[in-house]
Formats: sequence, structure tokens, C-alpha cells
Amino acid sequence: MRIIVCIKQVPDTNEVKIDPKKGTLIREGIPTIMNPEDKHALLEAIEIKNKTKGKVIALSMGPPQAEEVLREALALGADEAILLCDRAFAGSDTWATANALGTAIEKIGNYDLLLFGRQAIDGDTAQVGPQTAEFLSIPQITYARKIEIKDNSVIVERQMEDGYEIIRGNLPCLITCTSDINEIEYPTLRGIKQAYRNKKVKVWSADDIKANKSKIGLLNSPTRVKRIFTPQPRGQGQLLRGPTKEVVKKIVNLLKEKELIRAF
Amino acid sequence: MKVKISPICPESSLNLGGVILIRGEDFKEVPDIPEVRNAVDKGYLEVLKEEKKKTKSVKKEGSEVLVFAEQRNNKIARVVFELLGKARELADKLNVKLATILLTEKDNGLSNQLIQYGADRVYLAENSLLKNYQTELYTKVIVEHIKKTKPQIVIYGATNIGRDLAPRIAQRITTGLTADCTGLDITEEGLLLQTRPAFGGNIMAQIVCPKHRPQMATIRPGVMKAKEKDKKRNGETIRVEVKISEKDKKTEIIKIIRETKKKVNLEEAKIIVSGGRGLGKKENFKLIEELASLLNAEVGASRAAVDAGWISKEHQVGQTGKTVRPKLYLAIGISGSIQHKAGMQNSDLIIAINKDPEAPIFQIADYGIVDDLFKIVPEMIKQLKQ
Repeated sequence: MRIIVCIKQVPDTNEVKIDPKKGTLIREGIPTIMNPEDKHALLEAIEIKNKTKGKVIALSMGPPQAEEVLREALALGADEAILLCDRAFAGSDTWATANALGTAIEKIGNYDLLLFGRQAIDGDTAQVGPQTAEFLSIPQITYARKIEIKDNSVIVERQMEDGYEIIRGNLPCLITCTSDINEIEYPTLRGIKQAYRNKKVKVWSADDIKANKSKIGLLNSPTRVKRIFTPQPRGQGQLLRGPTKEVVKKIVNLLKEKELIRAF
Repeated sequence: MKVKISPICPESSLNLGGVILIRGEDFKEVPDIPEVRNAVDKGYLEVLKEEKKKTKSVKKEGSEVLVFAEQRNNKIARVVFELLGKARELADKLNVKLATILLTEKDNGLSNQLIQYGADRVYLAENSLLKNYQTELYTKVIVEHIKKTKPQIVIYGATNIGRDLAPRIAQRITTGLTADCTGLDITEEGLLLQTRPAFGGNIMAQIVCPKHRPQMATIRPGVMKAKEKDKKRNGETIRVEVKISEKDKKTEIIKIIRETKKKVNLEEAKIIVSGGRGLGKKENFKLIEELASLLNAEVGASRAAVDAGWISKEHQVGQTGKTVRPKLYLAIGISGSIQHKAGMQNSDLIIAINKDPEAPIFQIADYGIVDDLFKIVPEMIKQLKQ
């Protein structure tokens, strides 16, 4: 079984701020991590590989420092790692990102399963997985909380708001994983050593994958970011002070006034 | 364009590409040449703005605003009524029809419901294969419909179904898609202005899709307000020809399991009593439950409380949990992280109880009580019981 896992390097969300003068994101000095649900997808791929024999290839797109998450993927047990890195990819929206990843996946070729995290914590879009599946004209199953390989098909439990569905799909198939699919593991010391000594991260440019230059990057993305801003705080509220009984009485009266509880 | 000489023009007549304008004459058609544009820029010419008026007086056919009417178990998802409420405003601003597309096995009065909540037109695709959502079948029917009717805007609920379907459609027809919007509006140029949180709610981004059509967005459930149901509203239902067969299925649903345990319905709750880390341990969550039951409220929780295992994940409010907008949100022992605030800051009334006067929850609370929750909550329970 050949499995390709797409992973993204993301900033630690709590730390991102806007430069008040320039109105752009301040990215310098912000710690980055492997997107959590992508890590679940990667660990799932490694588990499937261990059961069925085969290969796990980790694929990422980003600036040169995104190599860090691919090293981590290698340390966790991925066999190969590829970084799509080119100014031509910069600023891609989800449509353009799917075109780039899809083209790279076609170049890798010969895959049975594509695993993605459900969504990344910086954008929270959950779109790149399905869009890549469409680019490749293969079926998708999103929100997976359990994956089972049976003969030439996958049986997936797909999380819904009011329960779950059991879905069967033929291979090749693209699946996006939620964090319920497995428990997070950490790389072993041996894994880390191997990731740096014996394994390599390949870097591919837009030309290397023969990307269609009219379908990638900022200028070809259908969506445009018009403005970013920090959310407005609500108007100043009122602090209630005094003895417990009095304060609670004020609140209870307020709820009666607003007809949130029946007046007695 | 049609122009006439303005009062500030120093000349009493102008020759613009063969058309002679004389001061005092009415608007005249002139060719679009650099001299004309130059004169307009300088303010020497007044431009007649009649084309804009024209589009306002008649509703254009096509260019509709389209809402995906998600149904499960032959019941319209609540988010659809919320979307119709917002989409009604957008359609009115653009002066176009509000349409909705319903894919189901049998209509059974659903299309009428959609009209009562604001749709002018329901496109009804009935087929036994459309009973339950399936990516490829739904994509195929909707893509074909979009190509035929050319709506200018299509919106979907950001549900597990909407977020599976919309990106597939966007990629197939090559257009932009903005995920999980919390605000929609129309810009001066007539574009859909899509506002959404990013980076866990730390930052808001406004996104447009200038050149591709339709402009598409998914909207978080619980953010928009549904309009009151109007039983007298009229609309039309148009049948959509469905060209799909078993062969088009790429995946197969083996089983649908609806979890039967008591449903937590935070999105529809009028009052939510929410507990956080300040409760200290699982047993103390009983206080929250008792207060909630006295207020006829649902129980909410911060991520910290859920992660600690004090309460199940269905109760979580926030960026990774539910977005809620009840009439009253009572935050007890919740510090108010950005992620939590992102999920409840649109509540009508927020009351916060926390020991720490610096807790960020107080920045958005309408009323704050800086005190020990173990004193305040039992007293509240006591007074409410009286």
C-alpha cells in the first residue's frame, strides 16, 4: 500500500498578531508546529503501512523552513518526504494549493491512499483535501474517525454532527482525518537520528512538477484577501460589587426584567 | 457614455472625437476616448448615471443568490433557515431572486417551508439516489444546475456535509470558496464581501472573489439569524432534471448511525450556562447542571473543562466547538480565551463570574462578578428556588 500524506506547517495560533501600521501578519519569531490533525493523518498512515506493508510519503508545500515538519514526519516513521517550495506557489488560496499538491501527487504517482488532516489550525478551511481529490478525480471521505482497509477498498467511519456514517470507498481514495482517529505519539530518539542521518527531504520547484503556472500562486487564486483586522471588542460592561446576596439579587432581577426567567 | 458640459468648464463648446458639445445642451453620447476621460477627470464633463438606475428597477433573471438546502432524514437543517435570512438581505441588495436548491428523495412539503423562510424559488431535485448525502451524486446535480442557471452567489452551511460538498463543487467549476464565514455583505462594486475568522479567531479576514462566478461561501451554523416564518409567502417550485445513476456513486453508505443519547442543542438554546477550569473538578460541574436546569438552559463548557474530562465534547463552546448566540450566556469560572470568545461573543447578554479580575471574559461581558463562584452560584440557586 502506497500512502501519501499531506502535512502543513502552521503557526501556533495564539501568537499571531497584526502589525498595526502595515496591516499585515507578523510571522517573525512565531513558533511553528506540524498541523495537529495532519499529524493524526500521518500516524494513521504509518499504522496502516505497518499492517499492510508499503510506503508512506509525506508531502508538504511551504517556505524552506517547512522542511522542519517533514523531518518530524520522517522521525515519526515516514519513508520519504517531499517539499514543494517555490515563490511561484506563494499566496495560493485553497483552489491553487489543491492544483499544486494534486500535480505533485500525480508526479509521485502510483498511490493507493491519500491522507489529509481534516483542517489546518491557521485557516480552518477543510477545503484543500476535497479540492485535491477533485483535481485528481478520485473519491473523498472527510471527517474520518476510523479507517479499515479491506481488500481493495476502505471502510471509514465518517463523523457527523448527529452520529456517524460507515462508508465504503474504492482505492485510490482521499480521506481527511479528525483527531479522534488515533492517539498522538512522539518520535523516538532512534527515529529522530534516522530522520537526520539516513533520510532526505526532497525539494521540488514548480518546474520540477511541471505545474501549470496559470493555476498556482497569489495572482491566479480566485479569492482575494481584501483586508485583515483584529476583531472589535464588545462595549465595556459593568462590574457588580458588594455582598454576595446583593449581587446575586441584582442578577436575578435583571433576568426577570429581560424575561429570561418568569417573575414570581 | 452620455455627457454634458459642466459649469466649471472654461469652454462653451467642445469637440470630442467628432461629437460637438455645447454648453446648456442636454446629455449626448460620446465615444470612449482619452480626451473624454481626461475631461471627465478634470470635472469639465458631467456623466449621466442612467445605467445603474436601470438595473435597479427590474429583477434580473439568472444571477440569483442560491442557497443549498441541506436536508437529513427529510428534515431541513436549521442552518438553512439562517442562511435564507442572510441571503434574503443579499438578494434584495442586488435586486435579484433568492433561490434554493433542494436535493431529496421526496419533497413532502420541504420546499414550501423554504419559501416560508424567504426563498422566492425552490429548485427541487427529487430522486431516490438523493435521499442521503453522497459527495459525487450531490456534486454532479448541483454543478449541472449552476452551469445552467448561472447564479452569482452560492452559499452553504458549514456543516460536515456542506464542508464536504462545497470545495468539491468549487474545484470542478473553477471558482473561489471562502470557508466558515461569520459575515456576508455586498460591496459598492456589487461583490460578495466574505468575513471570516482565521488563526483561531485572533484575526478576521475579508475576502472577495472578483473574477470567478459564482462567488461561493460556507457559513458557520448559529451565526446568521433566520427570519420569522411567513406562512403567507409565495414562491415557485421548479423541478430539476436529475441525470444520475447508480454508476455515478464513487462511495457507498453502508450504515448511518444516529447517536440516540440526549442531544445537546447549544445552537438553539435560549440560555446557556457554561463552566470552565475554575470549577476545579468534575463533581463541581453538578453546580452548573443544577443552575442550568433551574434556568431551563443548556449546559456549555470551555475547552479546558472538556479536555479535563469533566464533561463531553458536545458541550464545548468555541472555535473548535460550537458557535452559539443565545439570549443569555452565563460564563462561570471561564477565563475567556480568544477561542472561547469566538464561539459566544454574539450572545445577546453575557454575564461572567470569575475570581480573577484580569480574566479576558470580562472584556466582553455585559455584567461581570469578580468573586468566588462557589459563593455566587449556590446563592443564585437558592434565590432562584425561592
